[in-house]
Amino acid sequence: MKIPRGIAADTADLVRPKEIAMHDIIIIGAGVIGASVARALSAYEAKTIVLEKNHDVCEETSKANSGIVHAGYDAHPGTNKAKYNLRGSRMMAAFCHEHQIPYRNNGSLVLAFAEEDLPKLEALRAQGTQNGVAGLRILTAEEAKRLEPNLNSEVRGALLAPTGGIVDPFELTIAQAEIAAVNGVEFSFDTLVSGIHPIPDGYRVSTDRGVYEAKIVVNCAGVRADELNNMVSSRKLSITPRKGEYCLFDKQVGTLVDHTIFQLPTQFGKGVLVTPTAEGNLLIGPTAFDIDDKNDVSTTAEGLAEVVKKAKQSVVSVPTGFVITAFAGLRATEKGGDFVIGEAPDAKGFYNAAGIESPGLTSAPAIGDDLAVQITEALHVSLKSAPLCKRPPVVRFESMSFDDKAAAIRRDPAFGKIVCRCELVTAAEILDAIRRPLGATTIDGIKRRSRAGSGRCQGGFCSPRVMHLLATECGLDPRDIAKYDQHSTLLVGFDKDDL
Amino acid sequence: MISKSLVIIGGGPAGLAAAIAAYDAGERDILVLERDCVLGGILNQCIHNGFGLHTFKEELTGPEYSARYVRKVEERKIEAKLDTMVIDLSNDRIVTAINETDGLFRIAAKAVILAMGCRERPRGALNIPGARPAGIFSAGTAQRFVNIEGYMPGREIVILGSGDIGLIMARRLTLEGAKVRMVCEIMPYSGGLKRNIVQCLDDYDIPLRLSHTVTKIHGKDRVEGVSVAAVDDNRMPIAGTEEFVSCDTLLLSVGLIPENELTRKAGVAINPKTQGAIVDESLETTIPGIFAAGNVLHVHDLVDHVSTEAELAGKNAVRFIRGLDKGSSAVAIETGFGVRYTVPSRVHPAAATAITTIRFRTDNVYRDSYLSVLLDDERVQHLKKRILTPGEMEEVLIPAKWLLTRPGLKKITILVEKE
Ligand SMILES: Cc1cc2nc3c(=O)[nH]c(=O)nc-3n(C[C@H](O)[C@H](O)[C@H](O)COP(=O)(O)OP(=O)(O)OC[C@H]3O[C@@H](n4cnc5c(N)ncnc54)[C@H](O)[C@@H]3O)c2cc1C
Ligand SMILES: Cc1cc2nc3c(=O)[nH]c(=O)nc-3n(C[C@H](O)[C@H](O)[C@H](O)COP(=O)(O)OP(=O)(O)OC[C@H]3O[C@@H](n4cnc5c(N)ncnc54)[C@H](O)[C@@H]3O)c2cc1C
Repeated sequence: MKIPRGIAADTADLVRPKEIAMHDIIIIGAGVIGASVARALSAYEAKTIVLEKNHDVCEETSKANSGIVHAGYDAHPGTNKAKYNLRGSRMMAAFCHEHQIPYRNNGSLVLAFAEEDLPKLEALRAQGTQNGVAGLRILTAEEAKRLEPNLNSEVRGALLAPTGGIVDPFELTIAQAEIAAVNGVEFSFDTLVSGIHPIPDGYRVSTDRGVYEAKIVVNCAGVRADELNNMVSSRKLSITPRKGEYCLFDKQVGTLVDHTIFQLPTQFGKGVLVTPTAEGNLLIGPTAFDIDDKNDVSTTAEGLAEVVKKAKQSVVSVPTGFVITAFAGLRATEKGGDFVIGEAPDAKGFYNAAGIESPGLTSAPAIGDDLAVQITEALHVSLKSAPLCKRPPVVRFESMSFDDKAAAIRRDPAFGKIVCRCELVTAAEILDAIRRPLGATTIDGIKRRSRAGSGRCQGGFCSPRVMHLLATECGLDPRDIAKYDQHSTLLVGFDKDDL
Repeated sequence: MISKSLVIIGGGPAGLAAAIAAYDAGERDILVLERDCVLGGILNQCIHNGFGLHTFKEELTGPEYSARYVRKVEERKIEAKLDTMVIDLSNDRIVTAINETDGLFRIAAKAVILAMGCRERPRGALNIPGARPAGIFSAGTAQRFVNIEGYMPGREIVILGSGDIGLIMARRLTLEGAKVRMVCEIMPYSGGLKRNIVQCLDDYDIPLRLSHTVTKIHGKDRVEGVSVAAVDDNRMPIAGTEEFVSCDTLLLSVGLIPENELTRKAGVAINPKTQGAIVDESLETTIPGIFAAGNVLHVHDLVDHVSTEAELAGKNAVRFIRGLDKGSSAVAIETGFGVRYTVPSRVHPAAATAITTIRFRTDNVYRDSYLSVLLDDERVQHLKKRILTPGEMEEVLIPAKWLLTRPGLKKITILVEKE
């Protein structure tokens, strides 16, 4: 694929070390954490760049999780997890509203299936209250069933967390990256960081696309954050990827439950949940298996079977015939058990956002804000005088009223062309996904920005159409259009090429 | 809001045949809405021959078959709007559609015929574990790439599912220069037509692995191979039979689902077996004035049946517009042993034509058995069948006299009997 991406595309000669790109701050990783840090830093007078090894933002854990805005009762009081979870959860509604990120405050329920587990619910409630979670309440089985008629009748009681919510994890990441980009943060994709060396007053960062130097490095590398930290700090981190597998269901059954339904947590995490997503699908999962390979996001027969079995404990009628896709994500489980956030004690100017497993999505905006304050204080840079530029508005045809739809087509006839029949995505929205800041260049990039291909036919109908829009708009040959990077092109050639 | 007597949603073989029949029955105020840029539906990408044997007694390609209907539509100057997608249908027959030139518009229709065809079942429906790289296509998407756009989706191919599209694509891809490693079918029998197995697999030495499935997809960026295993009687993979088959592409031909989003929005009752509307002998759904025909009603293997079914819907829509009363009593058509579903599922004796065709599929392969029809408890048909298979749609014909000579008849049962 010959798609230029980010700024490094036209600075390929960076490879020559004498032309070292100088920045104040280098952020490694463009998941939700890197994007949050970049968004927060873009408010300051600092020259910031994000280095990301993939071809787009949101290609790893931030795209494969439950999308829950946790209320904050799970984490042990006093931990970073508890602190940032609470802050993130409190700011999420307003933040998502401001930046047009799909979010819904649907509330969460934690179910107990045995009388002897009721005290555990009470303990969870007490822990949550200590963390500062508002409104936690223990429900009887009848009360829980009244809220959620499809719950298993074996339920004996439940904890209700009214502040729990659901968010679109793609948009939470993409929106923040876009805000950063329109406010001057540079992004370099397809850029794998392979070494970090201290230099006077900062770090030299080597990548497969050249060398970068900066006073500050922020490590937001997800499951690989330990490797980067260990390049500069003797306080070694150790991250084990803990796989979580999911099944996603057709929107037709998206209202099976309204709240996010958890089971009592175990030592491996919050157990299997049943939840609507912010976009209106039904989601069940995840499993929790420690694995060795940080690249392994394959699903397994055992994992998917376990997800279904456990989800059915909560909601017996989980309609397995309506699964539209399955996926897996990797939790960055650090051996210390908590988020590692802030300057490494023995590496001045090297900041970690490491071990960010759940509730990392919830915490991300708060982690970004906090790190930006720490970093800019150390750099002695001030806030920009002008307010932050907003990202371009996101227009969703499907959710418009009749009159707004009609007006949109009059304004731009491309709104009259439906490209994705399942999610009713128009050509205008596909083109917008391509033309936005850090716009999409791949089929997956379009999918995450516009939802084209994320419906019940999973791209069967729209992928050829999206491919042509991408090719025309980017001036490419359709054979160069890929699912997500240069190795994942869809087509292999013309008919009869191999005859 | 525009008014129309008859709006037909979908301009594939079903929509076209319905439009022509309605016109020939005297209706002139007809509008066909088609979201693609041409009429003809899925047939435009079916460039193989084998269409129209029943209707025209010749073997036509898909585009040739549909061209005959398109010509008739043009000769009759029936209005068709292309690049126009219907996005909503209400229970009082208000059709909401959208295109680039007219924008968003509503049409109040006296009658509506649903002819939206079907879609392919995605991978998720099977929940095949493994990676999610590039190189996994539904067979129909691959067919569009190869036949309409001229692009190859892969070089070494495994096809999962032996439905007709999978079989046809095995041959097409071979002819275009790819190596089709095998076709796997989880059932002990193929879901496709016998003639397609012979002409598309056997003639090209492509192995058909019955009672086998893909248990895992391998590869990070692009498919690198699949694990294939034999399955037991419960369709569960048998441990130890797994084998790795290297390939760069997996085609899924794992079934078609009628495209009934609009049908559901209108509140039409759906048969869970067909995933299509529940209809009576006139192909009218549970909402008066809304008819359905073709693959949107139930998945057909032969387009000829689609055309005849749709003609019936076209004629009956005109009868509805003219206010024909079907009478109040209807006889239920029930599925007995071995029969998965029937279309229609009820018949009004007062309105039945000389012959009512009941189409159905069996739920399994039955050899040397009998196809029977019961009127209440009386057996009126007992036909010897050498083979009945779910892959081929069957039909029984109910003469009107059976219905009219039995006032008080409650149900007609179609069943498979061993003897
Ligand atoms: C199964 C599961 C369920 C979850 N559910 C929830 C939930 O419901 N609610 C919630 O709040 N949180 C949840 N989480 C947690 C949340 O998803 C994560 O905390 C969050 O996505 C982590 O974001 P990140 O940016 O740290 O990591 P990532 O999204 O993985 O981003 C890290 C980025 O760094 C890049 N990178 C790594 N190494 C390098 C390198 N050497 N050079 C260049 N780039 C590099 C990677 O390519 C990647 O893009 C869940 C997590 C999992 C796995
Ligand atoms: C791959 C394949 C191979 C086949 N091979 C053979 C064969 O060899 N021999 C044979 O006899 N039969 C074959 N068939 C069967 C035959 O082609 C189909 O049964 C027939 O095309 C069905 O006609 P239809 O009109 O019901 O559906 P379709 O042909 O699918 O037409 C439906 C039309 O409705 C349109 N539409 C859908 N929704 C909307 C909407 N909301 N608004 C506007 N328009 C809409 C679609 O764009 C489409 O044009 C094959 C079918 C397939 C899929």
